[in-house]
Amino acid sequence: MSVAPPEPLIAPEVAERVLASALASGGDFAEVFCEQRDGLGLAIDESRVERPQRGAERGAGVRVVAGETTYFAHVDGLAEADLERAAGAAAAALRGERTEPAGLAALDAATPQEVEVEPGAVAAERKAELLRACDQRARSLGGEVAQVQASYVEGRRRITVANSNGRFAADERTRVRLGVQVVARRDGAVETGFETRGGHRGFELLDGGAAEAVAEKAAKAALTLLDADPAPAGAMPVVVGGGFGGVLFHEMTGHGLEADHIQKGASVYAGKQGEEVAQPLLTAYDDGRMPGEWGTDGVDDEGTPTQRTPLIESGRLTGQLYDLLRARRDRSESTGNGRRESFRHLPIPRMTNTFIAPGEGTPKELIAEVDRGFYAVSFAGGQVDPTTGDFVFGVSEGYLIESGKVTKPCRGATLIGNCLDALRAIDAVADDFEMKTGFCGKEGQRVPVGTGQGHVRIAELTVGGTAVG
Amino acid sequence: MSGAEELLEIAERAVDAALDAGAGDAEAFVQDSTGLEVRVFDGEVESLTEAGERGLGIRAWIDGRAGYAYGTDLGEGGVAEIAAGAVEGAQIADPDEFAGPPAAGPAGGAADGGFFDPAVGETGTERKIELAKRVERAARDADSRVVAVETTVYVDEEMRVGLHSSQGASGSFEATHAYTFLQAIAEQDSDRQTGLGFGMGRSPAALDAEAVGREAAGRSTSLLGAAKPASRSCPVVLDPVVAASFAGFVGGVLCADPVQRGRSPFAGMLGERIGSEALTLTDDGSDPAGLNSAPFDGEGTPSGRTALIEAGRLAAYLHDAYTARREGGGARSTANAGRSGYRSPPSVGTTNLIVAPGERSFAELLAAAGDGVYVTDVSGLHSGVNPVSGQFSVGATGRVISGGELAEPADEFTIASDLAAMLRAVAAAGAEPRWVPFGGSVSTPALLIGEMAIGGA
Repeated sequence: MSVAPPEPLIAPEVAERVLASALASGGDFAEVFCEQRDGLGLAIDESRVERPQRGAERGAGVRVVAGETTYFAHVDGLAEADLERAAGAAAAALRGERTEPAGLAALDAATPQEVEVEPGAVAAERKAELLRACDQRARSLGGEVAQVQASYVEGRRRITVANSNGRFAADERTRVRLGVQVVARRDGAVETGFETRGGHRGFELLDGGAAEAVAEKAAKAALTLLDADPAPAGAMPVVVGGGFGGVLFHEMTGHGLEADHIQKGASVYAGKQGEEVAQPLLTAYDDGRMPGEWGTDGVDDEGTPTQRTPLIESGRLTGQLYDLLRARRDRSESTGNGRRESFRHLPIPRMTNTFIAPGEGTPKELIAEVDRGFYAVSFAGGQVDPTTGDFVFGVSEGYLIESGKVTKPCRGATLIGNCLDALRAIDAVADDFEMKTGFCGKEGQRVPVGTGQGHVRIAELTVGGTAVG
Repeated sequence: MSGAEELLEIAERAVDAALDAGAGDAEAFVQDSTGLEVRVFDGEVESLTEAGERGLGIRAWIDGRAGYAYGTDLGEGGVAEIAAGAVEGAQIADPDEFAGPPAAGPAGGAADGGFFDPAVGETGTERKIELAKRVERAARDADSRVVAVETTVYVDEEMRVGLHSSQGASGSFEATHAYTFLQAIAEQDSDRQTGLGFGMGRSPAALDAEAVGREAAGRSTSLLGAAKPASRSCPVVLDPVVAASFAGFVGGVLCADPVQRGRSPFAGMLGERIGSEALTLTDDGSDPAGLNSAPFDGEGTPSGRTALIEAGRLAAYLHDAYTARREGGGARSTANAGRSGYRSPPSVGTTNLIVAPGERSFAELLAAAGDGVYVTDVSGLHSGVNPVSGQFSVGATGRVISGGELAEPADEFTIASDLAAMLRAVAAAGAEPRWVPFGGSVSTPALLIGEMAIGGA
């Protein structure tokens, strides 16, 4: 089933009047961003369904750009009076002559993603049942499963954006996501496993046993770690698993290719466009159009159609991520990466779905070539300083590699290093491929992003384990 | 009628609407905030944001089942819709015998606890912009090796809250906050380092722009030329910024919710020694110096002070009405039902954590450490600490301590331990506490930890 193209949240003539008000005291660009969001969250803990949470918000943000300065105001409500209030507040600090916005072009209603089962049309009781099924499946794996927490979230965001360049666009985004965390205990040992499944999709994504499979994976990860030894410490080859492993590339390279960091000189990739930054086997993209993926949108939050942007092609740095403002500064085009958490936030360059393209050879072959190393399957999270390129990642599921084989599970490992060195040290990419869901935080704004890759090998990286000799 | 009282009236209407929709009990929380954010880059205003926001959250209970809904449409129809959403939620939740609003008496009216400073509203935008520019300039002027500042931010907010429950809790208050921060970038011999500076208070008048800028410059330049320190176990001095993050983690696992659900390394240890005698930790939701203070908590219980760790002994867990009821044995809410706005229901959380200062100056802490590492920043705390087991391994930067004095800069290393071992190893607390916005809202001095594992070269 396909969904009808989105209707705009405001009429074009209202948008034109608001844009004119926004430019009443000058400015060379104005934009009104309207949003209506509805969502439901539900959790299970201690085998009890709890914390049902329903929310609805409607509001708008208006910005005026004059030279290098952006004036921004946001209000709750989408009545014309609300929008005028925001426009007046945004324009209040300007002292210039009125400028005229261009007339709006016809509405660009983004083609919606396939949503087979509208989540809002599914009875809430079925979502509660889904969580109970996750709880039961995880607990069925044995008495060492001590705790199961699962959460279900659905959201629908309708947006409409109009700007003084004449752009008028609308998009509608439906997302669902399930997260399951399992704690396993044996004697004094306590370990956790975590797994998610989500997308720019409908309820069908979690139906038909998919949710239970997520719970089973989380439980198995926790149970496996009960046998774990403290992680080794020191520099060694590291194989990063597919799917979640993509968060490593997201953090160590993706952020440094966001144009705002580059323009401020706060990126280790500043001035390196066209240069070899990795071995020729590495190609990576940001793609806001991947069907059904968690980070996919029809248009970005400035109304620019999303696209596939090559970031690294055969080891050469070939792209960066632009929003309108940063593209204007570089006399370039937006790559459709102007995203914002809500109408209460300014758009900034953000990743959508970021991934390393599949390479050659199987994960097994890639591991077989390692004599002694570390296999990082899943990460609890990570952090990078884009300016210095220093990063640290907490490994939630990791194993030793000995004589080309994955052997003992390890607990408490962190990966630590520098982006430029680590990227150059990638010496193999396998032919498997998987996308995973996550939330990315930047300047206090949280947006859904997809990360992905197949198995990737880094010839040498520092593993900071608790087993310090 | 003041703004806060108007919110209280909306909350009263919302409770009635929820009861009409079928709730047995209901509680409404209304928050209204206005604020300004200034971002400065290279001496110019990069962005100026005028924020205005008002929303309502309703908790509804039906026979031990709790539901929550929120929205921003506060007209009659909007409130009715939110109320219906909360009641619908309660219908799908499983029953929990301990669920329900606090039975305590009224929270009181718009108490003046020193949380509101009219200077936020009275200070013109131009002066706030100038403040942010001064912060940036101070960092640039402090040291020629500071080559750039990646955005200097000034933020302030005036917030009003109204809360009402069908069990009688009812109150409103006003509060203000202002803060500024920046990330300085220093460069020398192709090495780049970043350093944070920050300041916070109830109004812009409380912010020392020059000190904030100088701090960022000092932190970034002091790391220039950093190398990995040697891997070993040694004494570690934690800067207040780092100590605060750890205090926040400890406060988090001393909340009764994770304790009762078996997710705290300190479960079942009430009254026992969990730290060294040098460690005393208090949660205080009424201290006006703490920016998370308010007259009452997120469900209307009057704020107070709770000694968590007294000279190393675990003295209490933090409770809201639910966890206190579940605890039984006469346990009472410690007024720690935290709210992060109207979009989510309250849950047990710290207010302001206060690590008691000791006697020793910073120089004396270094001298006592002898040979070790001074940690000025940690990263990956949220991914690197296992809150269930308390084990952690996080990335760190700082300075080597050699012969009791600060020596060469160090980066790209990890510090690893577990929370329980670290609390037992606190050898001394410094004499100079400061407020830090990490780990929640925390006042702490530097801490000397007798031994921690350093993972470096």
